[in-house]
Amino acid sequence: MGKWTRRAFISAGVIAGGGLIVGVAIRPGQRAAELSKHVAGDGETLLHTWLKLDTNNVVTAIIPHAEMGQGVGTALAQMLADELDADWDLVKFEEAPALGGFANYPMGEAILLAGAEFPDFVLPTVEGALIRTAQALDLQITGGSLSVRTTGAYGMRVAGAAVKEMLKAAAAAAWQVPVDQVLAKDSQLFHEASGRIQPYSFFAEAAGEMMPPVSPILKSVDQFKIMGRHVERHDLPSKVDGTALFALDVRLPNMLYATVNRAPTFGGGIASVDETRTRAVDGVVDVVKLPSVEVSSMFGGFTYAESVAVVAKGYWSAKQGMDALSIEWRNTANDGVSSDTIFAQFDQDISSAFEREADVVRGDVAAAMVNADKVIEADYRVPFLAHTCMEPLNATAMVNNGHCEVWVGCQSPLSFRRSVADALGFDIENVTLHNCFMGGGFGRKSRPDYAIQAAQLAASLGRPVQLIWTREEDVRQDFYRPAVQSRFRAALASNGDITAWENTYVDKHEPYEAPLIPYSIGAQDIGHVRSPTHIPFGAWRSVSHSQQGFFTESFLDEVAVAAGQDPYQYRVERLQHLPRELAVLKKAAKEAQWHIPLAAGRGRGISLQSSFGSVVAEVVEVTVNNGNLSVDRVVAVIDAGFAISPDGMRAQIESGIIYGLSAAIHGEITIRNGAVVQSNFHDYPSVRMSEAPLIETHIINSGEPMGGAGEPGTPPIASALTNAIYNATGERIRQLPIKNAGFNV
Amino acid sequence: MIKNQTTLRESKMTAITVNGIEQKLQVDPATPLLWVLREQLELTGTKFGCGMAQCGACTVHVNGTAIRSCVTPLAAVAGQQITTIEGLAPSADEPHPLQKAWIDEQVPQCGYCQSGQLMSAAALLATNSSPSDDDINDAMSGNICRCGMYGRIRQAIKSAAGVQQFDPALAALAKEINHG
Repeated sequence: MGKWTRRAFISAGVIAGGGLIVGVAIRPGQRAAELSKHVAGDGETLLHTWLKLDTNNVVTAIIPHAEMGQGVGTALAQMLADELDADWDLVKFEEAPALGGFANYPMGEAILLAGAEFPDFVLPTVEGALIRTAQALDLQITGGSLSVRTTGAYGMRVAGAAVKEMLKAAAAAAWQVPVDQVLAKDSQLFHEASGRIQPYSFFAEAAGEMMPPVSPILKSVDQFKIMGRHVERHDLPSKVDGTALFALDVRLPNMLYATVNRAPTFGGGIASVDETRTRAVDGVVDVVKLPSVEVSSMFGGFTYAESVAVVAKGYWSAKQGMDALSIEWRNTANDGVSSDTIFAQFDQDISSAFEREADVVRGDVAAAMVNADKVIEADYRVPFLAHTCMEPLNATAMVNNGHCEVWVGCQSPLSFRRSVADALGFDIENVTLHNCFMGGGFGRKSRPDYAIQAAQLAASLGRPVQLIWTREEDVRQDFYRPAVQSRFRAALASNGDITAWENTYVDKHEPYEAPLIPYSIGAQDIGHVRSPTHIPFGAWRSVSHSQQGFFTESFLDEVAVAAGQDPYQYRVERLQHLPRELAVLKKAAKEAQWHIPLAAGRGRGISLQSSFGSVVAEVVEVTVNNGNLSVDRVVAVIDAGFAISPDGMRAQIESGIIYGLSAAIHGEITIRNGAVVQSNFHDYPSVRMSEAPLIETHIINSGEPMGGAGEPGTPPIASALTNAIYNATGERIRQLPIKNAGFNV
Repeated sequence: MIKNQTTLRESKMTAITVNGIEQKLQVDPATPLLWVLREQLELTGTKFGCGMAQCGACTVHVNGTAIRSCVTPLAAVAGQQITTIEGLAPSADEPHPLQKAWIDEQVPQCGYCQSGQLMSAAALLATNSSPSDDDINDAMSGNICRCGMYGRIRQAIKSAAGVQQFDPALAALAKEINHG
């Protein structure tokens, strides 16, 4: 999954028919008429791509994002409802269908046009171009901590405000009064002078005849009523009584169950399969070899290797059948690769500066090193990581008369739909995709391999098939957070000032700014060498920030200690030019009572990382007793500009911290014979209740441009923890996971 | 498990009681209870997470005790009383105090593990109306939440426990479950 860049948008716009130039032909007009049949049920009127209203005056926000735990629907509905001046008790939401008409053009607008001002008369043309472009890009993605700050800010608020203007205009016309005398409040329209009052729904039909204004007037923060307020998530009642529908819960008549196996060594394939014992297992219906599939996209293609599936009347039979299958895998060029050879390669490529490219060069690093009182050097390493979403990968498909229907939980419904169509050789119109709740996503569910396999099986069997990956397959056929090594050098002056910072790491991934540091250090050279491996790359919660947040904030801590200074004060002194970062860091220290010394055996560590538009600082407190490590408490502070859903934001920070703690303490995918060694939660553990710290999250609403929440909690946690361990023990951990450093957790 | 043996097995009925309803099942009795619940009985609230009793997503009650249904063969629970998430609430319009606390504390994120979390927590409260942090750690550390909502789960258990202490009807229910 590539990144949605300005360049991608512009080129897709051109592909979509020169849309950016040929304006008039693609003015969007009132799209509701065309889209209505897909989302408007009985008594519902679609008034905007993202908003419908029913005869009971209930508003439904149509959300072009998938729910994987983050509560996106609730936060986005808050934004729409507030601008609409709706009664929150009369607001619902649903996920947009996986159809091009619901491609997420507001996200495109945010990426492409953020900050740009267009004169009003060209706005419909620009919006038309954006719609075409978003469709060409299959843009209906959930990731990058983007939903609230892009779709919410550029889509939901605009839709809510636009429909309010339409409803007011409709009321003004019906009542024959000037529109500025019509007031909207709590899903009702008022004309005070005549005492007239009607619910929004009364004017739905008339409003539906109008064109939505493209740039309606939005509220200022002091006018917010629902944004920023604590509301309960609408999806939670179904998640406490077992009724929430995950893809795994789909039940179709006559459905078969299947499980799959792919060559453990990435890039491998099947040499031969002996099905004899499998065919003898009760309940087994078929053994199917699924060909490899090349999926191409704007952002580069990927070939998903062939696999073999066992199809049975139930999952258990399929699993038994798979266990009985004897598969011989083809040898590959990567059979000799191990974690050791990979890190040796990293070491060598860093040493030889292989194809080194700089991210940042500032000042004269070489001179500063020569003139330094002390040069500090350190290498940091982190291993590959799997995502292990709570819900193992699965998808259900049915192919009938040249039409394929797929049920899946995924982060990118439009591109999944296209991948399934391409794999089956179907026109896109002949694939219907139903996106279900995801039992976790974390980046893994942006890769369509599991949906393709289910569709291939349904086509092959001629019956509905639910494909369920074993947890072992889920761990061993992931797209991994890459292992990374970083080599640092810092120059210290005799007064303890840091005069130069050098960081050379392997392989550049997004976001570009992840290895950059906020501190005022005169000479900097941050760059990367090329050191590719055959392990498939995947976006993993916070992507490159997860590694670099550990590296840079640990090494800075080392420098502060070498300078004989307090790590918090050392940061403060070098953040004077960045008031937002400084405020976050100071609040974290204050809330964590940084100034109060801890007892022997206890330690405190601090870390600061800006990512996905938000600034986060975390302070960790640990107790280390005879090698037993206890993570007692985490204080987190986030400035995301403005928290639309404060409790939702706190939950996301808590989640990001625990996800990052699992990785820091336990997480390690090792490679042997070119394949992943680990297989399940016993050898790839997660943090459990007994290890979970007390977490307190503080929110700063600075009013700066909005940032994300899903990812920014993760990057600071590993370094805050290892800095705390150093503070408690004097032991500096430069390689994760911490369990390898001899601590019991 | 080859065919000539399973033909014999298939002819065998296994009876279990699920959420108060007796079910007679013609399924290979070696099949883990999880798949019987999900596939034969279409009670899909109980989830598959690991298949080896490591994550707790499949937790159900057998005679009031929390067990991992992914490693429990149907044969092992023949004739027993099984409660799943679908049967946790005392009635359709009265949620279990834990379900209410889960909403009050806004516990779930993705929600996939929560059936198992709730069943483990309910088994804890049925025998311990005022669990300490250590009690909660012991009872809940078999349940993984990859969204990391442990702090909220802990808080919700404590607030539900507070409710239970003052609710004689629920105390009686707990006693009943305790004594089978």
